[in-house]
Amino acid sequence: MTDFLVFEGVSKSYGDIRAVDSVSFSINKGEIFSLLGPSGCGKTTLLRCCAGFEDPDAGRIILDGRDITGLPPHERKVNTVFQNYALFPHLTIRDNIAFGPRMARWTKGEIDKEVARMLELIQMEDYADRKVTEISGGQKQRVAIARALINRPQVLLLDEPLAALDLKLRQRMLVELDAIHDEVGITFVYVTHDQSEAMGISDRIAAMNRGHIEQIGKPAEIYEAPRSSFVAAFIGDTNFFDGSVTDVMDGPYCRLKIEGFPDVLAWNDKGVQTGNAVHLSLRPEKFNISREQPDVLPNRNVVQGVVEDIIYLGSHTKYWVRVEDYRLGVHQQHSRYLLDTRPITWGEKVYLSWFADDSCMLERYKAEDENLLVLPDTEETEPVEA
Amino acid sequence: MKRAAQKKLHETLISGPSFIWLLIFFIIPTMIVFAIAFKPATPFGGIGDGWTLHTLMDLRNPNYPAIIGRTIWLSVVSTAICLLLAVPCGYCIARAPKRSREVLLLLVIIPFWTNFLIRIFAWKVLLHPEGMLKQALVFLHLCSPDATLLYNPVTVLLVIIYTYLPFAILPVYAAAEKFDYSLIEAARDLGASQLRAFTRIFLPGISRGVWTAVLMVFIPALGSYVIPDIVGGPGSEMIGNKIAQRTFVDRNLPHASALAALLTLAVMVPLMITLVHHYRQAPVAHKKGKGAAQ
Repeated sequence: MTDFLVFEGVSKSYGDIRAVDSVSFSINKGEIFSLLGPSGCGKTTLLRCCAGFEDPDAGRIILDGRDITGLPPHERKVNTVFQNYALFPHLTIRDNIAFGPRMARWTKGEIDKEVARMLELIQMEDYADRKVTEISGGQKQRVAIARALINRPQVLLLDEPLAALDLKLRQRMLVELDAIHDEVGITFVYVTHDQSEAMGISDRIAAMNRGHIEQIGKPAEIYEAPRSSFVAAFIGDTNFFDGSVTDVMDGPYCRLKIEGFPDVLAWNDKGVQTGNAVHLSLRPEKFNISREQPDVLPNRNVVQGVVEDIIYLGSHTKYWVRVEDYRLGVHQQHSRYLLDTRPITWGEKVYLSWFADDSCMLERYKAEDENLLVLPDTEETEPVEA
Repeated sequence: MKRAAQKKLHETLISGPSFIWLLIFFIIPTMIVFAIAFKPATPFGGIGDGWTLHTLMDLRNPNYPAIIGRTIWLSVVSTAICLLLAVPCGYCIARAPKRSREVLLLLVIIPFWTNFLIRIFAWKVLLHPEGMLKQALVFLHLCSPDATLLYNPVTVLLVIIYTYLPFAILPVYAAAEKFDYSLIEAARDLGASQLRAFTRIFLPGISRGVWTAVLMVFIPALGSYVIPDIVGGPGSEMIGNKIAQRTFVDRNLPHASALAALLTLAVMVPLMITLVHHYRQAPVAHKKGKGAAQ
């Protein structure tokens, strides 16, 4: 079912700051929908409006055909998994999970049965009578999910649920969360600033920036076809090019003149005309880096450059290659056994090639979004916010 | 394990002075008071030789049950009212913006800058038939001109509450300030109304502060002597007044000691039972407490 949870022109300001600015979108029943963006982008405010902790200044929130905008939190069929879990410290695991049903005055038998089922779902039967202070972070996380799910909400809201866990545990919990979603089939709204979490778990992602939604789409759409420079830079790494169209070809290609860079061939999916200014995003893994000149193909761009920086990461290597005025990030996967080959080193002249089909024209471009790109020289001077 | 031994030595050295202080000025005097209760009185106000149970038998004075009853109800009611006022006050102060929080806390503490006795006498002036408060109430037709606001148990209750309210607000505030208010949101999210989130989550969350407030009000209230003496009439006597009377007027120290011992035991025994019960229920807190005490 589409349009299960609908936000219509929702706005919310705190003093002079417009946290959410007339945002509209809808979420389908049963999907995992992520609100992804940097801190302060308004994603948590949207979630809190949905839970009932904040009243939007304008707009409506409609759940399953019913306007829930003005309802107090306890009258919404919506439950939240909080970032710090917010488990009740004076209660046991069992009583924490049973809290919602007790508020709803279920019968004792029903509560016992459902709590047992939830404990089984999160595999914590043996911990039922422990206190909240006696379990680990990952276990608290699972209890928080069970405590919310037992109420059979129409929508489960997850506010940065994995932020407090370490990396390995985060990846495991992500898989578990996905498994729980498959089992209960409830609509999840997932708020995160971590693009890999959002990509990994979501059916659809809304990329947010400064109180606006920049793009909504499947993870692959967001990654491969970002509409704005913000989305391109925030989700994954990318290279930006500034150019103008010199020639529109017969096929779906156009030729671009780029200041301080060789002319390139680009995929023209936006129907640009000769003379138009164009912004291009090209993901680092789309390049092929080699010592030998690659074969010439009609839709292949080939440029020459010098390797400036190398970071070896096992499965792949990150290179930074100087091509005229541009410093390009290049990711090369190592699909072959590496020790038998002579690796590319610093200062070496290399060929970079990529297919024109693999670049993406941006509808909206802001130079400041380039600051989101993580380059080694910025990494050294100031650590970039995770 | 050497480090553990060293740590223990450190803890002993640090807590040593305060322990010795308590021993000399609290535990030993209390023991002396308990001991004197078993001594005979001499007609000249001294303490006689030998041991006797006679003094304890004298506690079966027909006037005492009424006084003890009044002491207990005044203490219980004043504690209850102090709590009823302190919990919302503590909550509001803890939730206030930082700047007004400091002002509000200052307002709670300001009374301490004036001497306790002077504040009690101020009440006497206020409630006096010619006093400002009395006149104001008469003017507003809230009380008749010939009603007496002074010298009755309710006055004593009022002044006890006035005196000990800050001692209730401060620990409640301290607990409310540390309370994690996202727990309230969690409770509301899980279907609790505002009232139920308050009673089921907030009150248990600040229980330590509430129990401290209870002790801080109930124990001093039980031992009140100056307040009933100044604003209470003959019908408002509390045990404290009787102890003072036996000491200063009757010059019967053993009898006064017996009454004082009774009062001390009445406070200590329930407190000990509660503490033991509490520590059994919360093994984690117990471990922490033990570590700190050693």
